[in-house]
Amino acid sequence: MTAQTKNIISVRGLVKAYGTFTVLHGIDLDIAEGEVVCVIGPSGSGKSTLIRCINHLEAFSPESTITVDGIRVQQGAALAKVRAEVGMVFQSFNLFPHMTVLKNVMLAPMRVRQTPEADAARKARELLARVGISEQAEKYPGQLSGGQQQRVAIARALAMEPRVLLFDEPTSALDPEMVGEVLDVMRHLAGTGVTMVVVTHEMGFARQVADRVIFMDGGKLIEMGTPTEIFDNPREERTRSFLRAVLNH
Amino acid sequence: MNLINTFFNLKVFLESLPQLLWGLVVTLEIGIVSIVAGLIGGLILAVARLYSPTFIKVLIRSYIDVFRSIPLLVLLIVVYYALPFVGIRLSPFLSAVTALSLVSAAYTAEIFRAGIEAIPHGQFEASAALGLSNRHTMVDVILPQAIRIVIPPLTNNCINVLKDTALASVVAMPDLLKQATQAQALAANPTPLIGAAVIYILLLWPMVAVVSRLEKHFSRGKR
Repeated sequence: MTAQTKNIISVRGLVKAYGTFTVLHGIDLDIAEGEVVCVIGPSGSGKSTLIRCINHLEAFSPESTITVDGIRVQQGAALAKVRAEVGMVFQSFNLFPHMTVLKNVMLAPMRVRQTPEADAARKARELLARVGISEQAEKYPGQLSGGQQQRVAIARALAMEPRVLLFDEPTSALDPEMVGEVLDVMRHLAGTGVTMVVVTHEMGFARQVADRVIFMDGGKLIEMGTPTEIFDNPREERTRSFLRAVLNH
Repeated sequence: MNLINTFFNLKVFLESLPQLLWGLVVTLEIGIVSIVAGLIGGLILAVARLYSPTFIKVLIRSYIDVFRSIPLLVLLIVVYYALPFVGIRLSPFLSAVTALSLVSAAYTAEIFRAGIEAIPHGQFEASAALGLSNRHTMVDVILPQAIRIVIPPLTNNCINVLKDTALASVVAMPDLLKQATQAQALAANPTPLIGAAVIYILLLWPMVAVVSRLEKHFSRGKR
């Protein structure tokens, strides 16, 4: 990333605790507009919690600050604005099971941006075509495979035209043969200039697509750098042992 | 023969039938008004309990617990015979509807709460992440799914409300039971009471059957 690119996400001293158990121990992180950042690390390292703080699905310590596009992320009226700019894709898809695929994608633009129904439908069909599932528009989520559902979830997030997309282990709940189709869609998205923060166990994807890789462990940001720096030449012992464990299975 | 003349006396039955049917109309009026009021009240309580500040939550919780604990007959008598002492004089119809609605709202609120809690947390999170307001999250995402789940227990509650309308006879409401006891006194024969019992069963049996069907359907259809 070049120096003059502006930061769209800025995290300062992020502390998150459940009672006396501290999950995040003061994270500092800047993410530039258009950057693709992959967050890797063992389970329980706090990587999902980190991205869930960015759109305030998790409340965090009031001394910490997160800003998205200059707006402070906190409970209140400005939060809706942040969430409209920040799309999220979940591990378990979380599609609305009582609505057709098309309606799933149309809902938020109609309710949050007051997009007229016809426009929302047209846009939704475009997006479904983009993620390769136009034929399923009238079906219900339960009738789709996991890979198809996750692609619908990506289309649903894109419908709000977010400037940031958060992915919380988007392929972890998928059967192995469906991982590829979801990663393909994400790879394609990475080329469109949208800022992406991806929590993932897919090391191949991270190496190939990320501008920057972040390794977390024990609620701390241990190391970050380009994919080459992290995967080929990690400086920290913890990074090395994690990569040894995941790459040699 | 004597037994049939006593309990299933056709002549007495036919004479009392118009009176019984008028009673049925009153019973249905009380029942339907109370059911609708209870549903609306219960839904408001359940949703308010989810989003209100703690103080209101405690208040709603207490309301629900109190009105689930008080026997309906006691509440009805308090409303009809005690409230006039503080200047609140409700007609028999309003007394019955008030008591039934207050209690039904408490039960309905619990049913809706259970339904809303049964919706996976991910549905709330997905709605929040999309920027949907609390209102839209409820109306578009949560309630349509929750209502599917609560239809069987809600129908059950409706049956209970309809049955409990019979208590209105103690505040001189000319409902089905009251009409039957009056007809029985007039004819000096219990046939009208049997007739009323049969009418209650004919009214409620189909609803009971529907509930069992729904319960079976939902337990099977669940993915």
